[in-house]
Amino acid sequence: MYDPTVARLTYRALLGRRRALILGALPLLLIAISVVVRGLAGADDQTASDLLGGLALATMVPIIGVIAGTGAIGPEIDDGSVVYLLAKPVKRPTIIFTKLIVAIAVTMVFSALPTLIAGFILNGNGQQIAVAYTVAALVASIAYAAMFLLLGTVSRHAVVFGLVYALVWEALFGSLVSGARTLSVQQWSLAVAHKVAGGDLVTSDVGLPTATVLLVVVTVLATWYAGQKLRTLTLAGEE
Amino acid sequence: MTTLSIDHVSRWFGNVVAVNDITMTIGPGVTGLLGPNGAGKSTLINMMGGFLAPSTGTVTLDGQPVWRNEAIYKHIGIVPEREAMYDFLTGREFVVANAELHGLGAKAAQRALATVEMEYAQDRKISTYSKGMRQRVKMASALVHDPSLLLLDEPFNGMDPRQRMQLMELLRRMGDEGRTVLFSSHILEEVEQLARHIEVVVAGRHAASGDFRKIRRLMTDRPHRYLVRSSDDRALAAALIADPSTSGIEVDHTEGALRIQAVDFGRFTALLPKVARDHGIRLLTVSPSDESLESVFSYLVAA
Repeated sequence: MYDPTVARLTYRALLGRRRALILGALPLLLIAISVVVRGLAGADDQTASDLLGGLALATMVPIIGVIAGTGAIGPEIDDGSVVYLLAKPVKRPTIIFTKLIVAIAVTMVFSALPTLIAGFILNGNGQQIAVAYTVAALVASIAYAAMFLLLGTVSRHAVVFGLVYALVWEALFGSLVSGARTLSVQQWSLAVAHKVAGGDLVTSDVGLPTATVLLVVVTVLATWYAGQKLRTLTLAGEE
Repeated sequence: MTTLSIDHVSRWFGNVVAVNDITMTIGPGVTGLLGPNGAGKSTLINMMGGFLAPSTGTVTLDGQPVWRNEAIYKHIGIVPEREAMYDFLTGREFVVANAELHGLGAKAAQRALATVEMEYAQDRKISTYSKGMRQRVKMASALVHDPSLLLLDEPFNGMDPRQRMQLMELLRRMGDEGRTVLFSSHILEEVEQLARHIEVVVAGRHAASGDFRKIRRLMTDRPHRYLVRSSDDRALAAALIADPSTSGIEVDHTEGALRIQAVDFGRFTALLPKVARDHGIRLLTVSPSDESLESVFSYLVAA
């Protein structure tokens, strides 16, 4: 199911100089803001929760997910170099699964790890807030990577659609329409975080059982469908 | 023995028919797929390589379907026309990766790099390669698993004459070894230097198939049109029309020239200067007016 060569090619493409800079910028910004906030306001649980929930989980994780998920396959399809993967006796779902693992790993490293560091800076993991949001970021990384990998496989405008989902749907609609919140990776991962943190600093609109089922279903379906789409991927000629 | 069979294959994109009911069989040896740009060659090669589903018809390799059949790539090597190829890798890393995806190792990669004589630059990044070097590394990646069918889309595009000769030599050798080699080109001379067997595609249709000499003759025997200016157009016209190699002459007043249609290319080209000299007429312009490849090909379609 996992092909180390496909993984190596994907890692090297994803962590190429320019993309690595973009991937690194947001986490650095989060940590810098955390240092400033801690310095100005001191250790405060509510502030820590607001910052990790609003900036880290609602903004940084989905954006990193978009870059890693779509970047794991989109550019290869766009420029046609994916032909070197497809002209091989390698099962298409294996290619997708491997790329998913890489996208998840990259999203986790560039989003969950900085969330943990920022959490410790903000309030020293008081009330388990740092760990709770880190777990949420880890869980969200899996679902985002799967969703955006599928998007990268089916659309040439994956980054745009991905950002629209992440920023418009989750951030904007989520705060205006309660129904949208039920269909939001962010809320599902918050349900998991709520379980870790306990108390009412970290809350979600979705119950843990529903969130777990939806997370698993979305991840599995997106991965399966991306594998199917890759089997019938059409490489248009240049004529 | 590897035979690629294209059976009543059509492919359309929306309302545009790119490939129109083509049937051909490609056997061992080198076959040239010839046609002008936009004729549907790439679409056809993409279908042969399993990257595009035919709208109707089937493409099979020794009876096995090519579309949605990953296992078939054990036998197929592909050299795509597009340039993109993991530019951040070195040539060696790229070919090794291709070998690994076939379940092979660095040894197979090294052998393929030696075959295309790219060992000297194998540790340089692909982004620094010239067009010809890229082409050879692509070739190495296609040869790494010793395929019995090799598909190359416009492999000579952008290569300098020496690189072109080297690649032709290599392809010839592959063909002589009994592999089935198919390459596409829009340049007749390229195809005729390399392929004994030619398939011609024009405007999505299968225009001609067979030995290159036969096709070459069809191409040179077609009516040729010339625009000729001389010191005495009318006298020249009168002298030329007396010969059966000329089927029609029009005096074009606005251009101040003769439009001549010749039916026997060889005879006409010998006749024109001779007639001019015999009548003391100076030839000022002799230019073929329909030498574009498209017109040559469209003649073939009609033939």
